[in-house]
Amino acid sequence: PGLRRCAAGLLVTKCGLLRHRRAGGGTAAGGAYWVDSQQKRYVPVKGDHVIGIVTAKAGDVFKLDVGGSEQASLSYLAFEGATKRNRPNVQVGDLIYGQFLVANKDMEPEMVCIDSSGRSSGMGIIGQDGFLFKVSLGLIRKLLAPKCEIIQELSQLYPFELVLGMNGRIWVKAKTVQQTLIIVNILEACEYMTAEQRKQALAKLSGN
Amino acid sequence: MKATPLSNCERRFLLRAIEERKRLDGRQCYDYRNVRISFGADYGCCIVELGKTRVLAQVSCELVPPKPNRPTEGILFFNLELSPMAAPGFEPGRQSELLVKLNRLIERCLRNSKCIDTESLCVVAGEKVWQIRLDLHLLNHDGNIIDAASIAGIVALCHFRRPDVSVQGEEVTVYTPEERDPVPLSIHHMPICVSFAFFQQGTYLLVDPSEREECVMDGLLVIAMNKHREICTIQSSGGIMLVKDQVLRCSKITAVKVAEITELIQKALENDQKVRKEGGKFGFAESIPNQKITAFKMESAAVDTNNVEEQAEEIITKADPPSEVFAKPILHTPGTAQIGEGIENSWGDLEESEREEAAEEEGESEATAFECQKMETEDTSTTRETKKHEPIVLSDSEEEEVVILEPPALPRKTRTQTNSKQETASKKAFNKRRKKKRAAY
Repeated sequence: PGLRRCAAGLLVTKCGLLRHRRAGGGTAAGGAYWVDSQQKRYVPVKGDHVIGIVTAKAGDVFKLDVGGSEQASLSYLAFEGATKRNRPNVQVGDLIYGQFLVANKDMEPEMVCIDSSGRSSGMGIIGQDGFLFKVSLGLIRKLLAPKCEIIQELSQLYPFELVLGMNGRIWVKAKTVQQTLIIVNILEACEYMTAEQRKQALAKLSGN
Repeated sequence: MKATPLSNCERRFLLRAIEERKRLDGRQCYDYRNVRISFGADYGCCIVELGKTRVLAQVSCELVPPKPNRPTEGILFFNLELSPMAAPGFEPGRQSELLVKLNRLIERCLRNSKCIDTESLCVVAGEKVWQIRLDLHLLNHDGNIIDAASIAGIVALCHFRRPDVSVQGEEVTVYTPEERDPVPLSIHHMPICVSFAFFQQGTYLLVDPSEREECVMDGLLVIAMNKHREICTIQSSGGIMLVKDQVLRCSKITAVKVAEITELIQKALENDQKVRKEGGKFGFAESIPNQKITAFKMESAAVDTNNVEEQAEEIITKADPPSEVFAKPILHTPGTAQIGEGIENSWGDLEESEREEAAEEEGESEATAFECQKMETEDTSTTRETKKHEPIVLSDSEEEEVVILEPPALPRKTRTQTNSKQETASKKAFNKRRKKKRAAY
């Protein structure tokens, strides 16, 4: 992402920090290079997990809006335990968490809600309550980093459920509306706050 | 581009929040967002920001022959455009219903209220009059375009100066700004629109709806009033039934809001006037740079923290008290706070020793944000992992090492890992996927 192969060398196509990860012990692939760039508009990438909103049901296929230029399609059989008789209960306007099976610039992207072994592993229809909002892609990647303190700090405040989509969408659910709103505001503000401001804000909140 | 559809979740959540009298950004039901007015270098050019909604207004004038049936009156022309940068749903060249509605509203508000004296725009009766043209461009749509547009329009009109004209017999001389100072328009009063959004068949009322709230509202009531408490325009759309006293209540609220906003406008106009007189720098080049995206600044919005107290109490009572307290390297001297920049690695050695201590380290160790002493709490609610509380070793790759120290008197702030199972499960899953994804690149 952000880099592109061109004949013998690599071309940088986006602005940002160049990052490198050394190859782990057992993996065959070498170290990976990529460019961390900041943007808000999402482009579907194969294998990304995203939150989509169902816009239409067309026979066997749902059309989802994922924030890209095209709507993604999702077959009703792509859920765990779904058969022709046993259809998943999906309405227009529902939120779905899935991953991209096919996503290139020539075709309409396709999504599925099961992984390669046929288990759903957390994907599928997202529950009814809770709130969805949009942030920039850089913030999502930061939140998904293995040791993200934002989430750890927030979990000190009160329990909540969180689904992060790589398309910039976050779904949050906490016990009360008030708490959900607080979390939403903090996450949105995390983009601009430095670590210390965040701690001050959280200290204020939990000290109350 | 198509606009993002509103999911059922959001709709339900917003309606529930409104029932509890909570708004997304923490405002009260009758609160307006911050209004910011900035002027351009030209007379008659201004940008009004209502929260994140931005409208640019520009007034221009020219001499034209008047309308045949009104030979002694000037001509006013209003135009509102929804530029595609305002929202993904807006397309250029498309005459949408919303656009027509807004245009009509602005016209009625400014033209029919006779806030501008059109007779004074006449130069030679029957032959030459001033045609004043007000162009409004919506730069960013975050709800309540009408209010922002009306404020922008009236401010631009007040700010505008037309060239001075003198008539001697049949000769008309138009003076350039260098020869004679331009003359302001004669404006009788300032009508300002205030919008009310209704929900649940008129049960709940919000002033200044944001974009999300507009999507779920049932109906909209717009009242245009001036500071003398005269209603200039009133329009109700959306087909809701309103009771008489609701409308009266709205008009009272409008009066209050209009008074505030008018005061703000006066102040802004005076400021600008002063700056221009003193020869200081004016114009957008001065007022806009603070808002550049790269500046990474955001208005500090107050986060409503009411109800958190009770929750915190609940959580504390539920958790077990800390079982052991290591009197071990308290990694700080009480009272010192080291925050962030440039102080790296002063805790280098301590970090290592802590790492050894933390034997059961899983991928997502909950490094606490608040460090008191080193506490080890056994959480009975989560059976899966014993979370150790390390003092914060915040090694985010993008951030510097930050260690926040707090006075030791905080044992009651126990870490209760009452995280729901789903949350940590999903987090784990995310991390796994994240690693998988990274490997895939």
